[in-house]
Amino acid sequence: MKRNALYIVFLLVVNHVFTQDCDKTLSGRVIDFHDGVPLEGAAITFNSTTIKTNSNGMYKISGLCATSYAFTISHEDCNSQVVTIDINEVSKKDFYLEHHLNELQEITITGENVNKTISAQEETINESIIEKYSSASLGDALKEITGVSSLNTGSTIVKPIIQGLSGSRVLISNNGVRMQDMEWGDEHAPNIDINSAGKVTVIKGASALKYGGDAIGGVILVEPSKVPVKDTLFGKTIVTGASNGRGGTISSELMKGYKNGLFFKAQGTLKRFGDLEAPDYILSNTGISEKGVSLALGVNHFSSGWDINYSFFDSKIGVLEASHIGNLDDLRNAINSGQPDIIRDFTYDIENPRQEVTHHLAKVKYFKRFEKLGKLTTQYDFQHNQRFEFDLRRTEERSKIPSIDLELSTHTITSDFFFDANGTYNLSTGIMARYQNNFADPSTGVRRLIPDYDKYDLGAFFTGELFLNESLTLDAGVRYDFNHIDAQKFYFISRWELRGYDEDFSDIVVDRDVGGSQLKTNPTFDYHNISATAGVQYIFRNNYKFRFNYALAQRAPNPSELFSDGLHHSAARIELGDLRIKQELSHKISMSLQRDNNLWNWEIAPYVNFINDYILIEPITTELTIRGAFPVWEYRQTNARLLGVDTKLQTNLHTNWQTDHRFSIVKGIETKNDIPLINMPPANFVNKITFSQQRWNFFYVSLESQYFFRQNEFPPNIEVFSPDAGEEVELAINTPPEAYHLLNLDSGVEFSVNETSKLNIGFSIQNIANTNYRNYLNRQRYFADDLGRNFLLRISINY
Amino acid sequence: MNTNKFLSMIAIAGLVLTSCSSDDDSTVVNPEEVITTMTVNLVSDSDTVTLSFFDEDGADGPTAPVPTVSGSLSANTTYNGSITILNETEDPIEDITEEVRDEADEHQFFFISENVGITTAYTDRECDYDDEAGCDNGNTNPVGLTFTLSTSDTTGDGTLRFVLRHEPNKEAEGVAEGNIANAGGDADIDYTFNISVQ
Repeated sequence: MKRNALYIVFLLVVNHVFTQDCDKTLSGRVIDFHDGVPLEGAAITFNSTTIKTNSNGMYKISGLCATSYAFTISHEDCNSQVVTIDINEVSKKDFYLEHHLNELQEITITGENVNKTISAQEETINESIIEKYSSASLGDALKEITGVSSLNTGSTIVKPIIQGLSGSRVLISNNGVRMQDMEWGDEHAPNIDINSAGKVTVIKGASALKYGGDAIGGVILVEPSKVPVKDTLFGKTIVTGASNGRGGTISSELMKGYKNGLFFKAQGTLKRFGDLEAPDYILSNTGISEKGVSLALGVNHFSSGWDINYSFFDSKIGVLEASHIGNLDDLRNAINSGQPDIIRDFTYDIENPRQEVTHHLAKVKYFKRFEKLGKLTTQYDFQHNQRFEFDLRRTEERSKIPSIDLELSTHTITSDFFFDANGTYNLSTGIMARYQNNFADPSTGVRRLIPDYDKYDLGAFFTGELFLNESLTLDAGVRYDFNHIDAQKFYFISRWELRGYDEDFSDIVVDRDVGGSQLKTNPTFDYHNISATAGVQYIFRNNYKFRFNYALAQRAPNPSELFSDGLHHSAARIELGDLRIKQELSHKISMSLQRDNNLWNWEIAPYVNFINDYILIEPITTELTIRGAFPVWEYRQTNARLLGVDTKLQTNLHTNWQTDHRFSIVKGIETKNDIPLINMPPANFVNKITFSQQRWNFFYVSLESQYFFRQNEFPPNIEVFSPDAGEEVELAINTPPEAYHLLNLDSGVEFSVNETSKLNIGFSIQNIANTNYRNYLNRQRYFADDLGRNFLLRISINY
Repeated sequence: MNTNKFLSMIAIAGLVLTSCSSDDDSTVVNPEEVITTMTVNLVSDSDTVTLSFFDEDGADGPTAPVPTVSGSLSANTTYNGSITILNETEDPIEDITEEVRDEADEHQFFFISENVGITTAYTDRECDYDDEAGCDNGNTNPVGLTFTLSTSDTTGDGTLRFVLRHEPNKEAEGVAEGNIANAGGDADIDYTFNISVQ
């Protein structure tokens, strides 16, 4: 548990004018605040004299004068404390030090990252990587982590995939708040401004039970940078300009801290891009406009503190116009033609189809430390997510009305207690209560894809970590979650009967005739979910680390999986949920072996994830309508197995040269019939070589090669009747695109402007060769090539 | 222990949850852009043939459209065609033909026939539906709400497909002549009738 110690040395000038006899003494002990253990070797410094405590934590200072002294008490692994004592009145004093790094008092994240779990596979990206992606998205930045890929709609809507799983299976915690931003939709990106993050950690699996029990894919923890407890004022501004899309981002952050624990923080981002470009053509209507603001205020004392956070995120995203298709023949034509059918001149205008999403997040948190016991944290948060999707509708007037208008409001209270008084183990327990309401505005004139619902969640967890000895640590935990969903859903009577609901669910019908051949139902479902995890971390021969983890997790179906029913206009497909869908149950076994010795650092991390009743959506047939035929995508459940490995290697064989290599592969199949699962990331191999020279203003330049294999394992295509062809044809809806190789360059230098200010300039080229490629995990791969070459210039100033 | 704290938290949580629950009643959405019915009247000097479909739940619902063809076409005959489209889920019934006329520049019908020697020609222009501008200032691209359909001396069974494209590129090659190949846009209607020419 060797951590970077933090020494803050305060030199306080104490009034030395005295006339008294200097024969006073001060004695006592220095004690760990948490567990009451006396601290040996703690230093007590005053007037350039230092005295150390003995093995019982005792100290005695003699020859003091009858006046006030400022004592600085410090100890390795502790935050220092300055205490002023009037020796006239006090002769015995015990000092309490906090013998753990208080996370709120971290100043910088340097060196080894503090892990979030003991035994799970996890990886963190720090501020320098985040800055590189200032003009991109969270999902783009996370792809720097081995085993993380993304499900894209174009290149601006990026959903992270962790070891083959995404959407509701990936839990995103933003500054301690579980994001509730309609993560169920494939074209719904996380509503987070990446510039608000100080670091982002990915835990590859459901092992971080504190955050939730249903993260079968994994947990993404987005944490803002911390304001230190001292008198300080600092900030950062990043400006990025990019040639592709002819736009950029400006992001600024300012922090003010006081020695008494008070702090303020403000951060804001503006981002604007016009149409992006593939190597051969403009991707019409792919512009983006984003705004983000976050504010924080709080007091962080030694033993208690509170903070208030508010953040706002607003995005307006154009969706490639050529991807808006009428029916199956249009889709077939698009797949066969290989060119988007709408290519216009470059513009910054964002027209239909487009998304407009706003997300508000407010949080109040309070913590208190109890001597010799632990820390209590209680938090209330509120989130409001408003999503509009505008489509090309039959008339211009109608096109001004959104086709989807969903308003999701969530209130959550969490409270947990962290027992860390005992040095050999710590325990954590907590509860969570959540209420969520979804309102789908009927004024769209389009039947609701997601119905109105109320949802109630309750959860409780208990986790522990046991430090057996220097090298062996165990962790385990259990969590229970209860979900209750109460929806008001309309069905076409014809669909209701076709799905056989009239036999199985006749009791939930509340009104058999609401007009328009529809009926109204009130589905209510209860889900009881158990999650559990256990694992071990073993450190041997100094620089080898072995981790093994088992995680059991249950996930209740999301509203989309249960209730989708009807034509999803923006996707030109009929999506059918199923009221009969049950929870998924995942057993994941993962391990990792890691070696860090500076010259050669490597990690190999295999895993297997058995998911019973895995919920998936895939094309099954077509439905004939007066608008032509549409592919029908239906949710169903099956038993699945995901088997994969993530590996990485870093070499530092020369002081100026570093190489990085990453390879990851995952194979997902239905265990019953060995049919591959849809949308599994293809294997990818990334190699990077970096030259750096500190003497040249920290100059570095790196060349990265990314090779994405073709996904050769995919479910069979469907046969459909095409009116154009007048016969049954194969619709290559599942066929993955070819393998591709991308080259990227990145470079940077750093200048010191003055003692406290630094200027960083970075220059990158993405897709240097201007390669034409399509990505299997991009929903727009049927319609257009992916992005062409892009030059980026990045300037950041720290002050 | 902090049992009291926990209990009070649960109490607060309960309070928030109950006070937040809304009993707002969800109202039904009758899709506005539904087309349930298309009727094509083909009138010649000697006879009238009507082709129509009826889709009770629109494109959103699973019920397949039901076609009605009143009879067979006569060989070597020219018919004057006219199209009406309706949304019969609304009360009163909504005439969508009106909407197409109002935004004639953004809509165009295409007629595609196989096997039975049928040719078609547009008999309307965008400007015909624009009372203000009239036809002196251009806007002469076809719409297809009215057209002529001519049969040849070929007889037998075949198909006649009607496509209404929204936002087609009417300037693209062949589109104004009725060739769908370069039209683009997306289909509001795409339906094929089985017909016969006697």
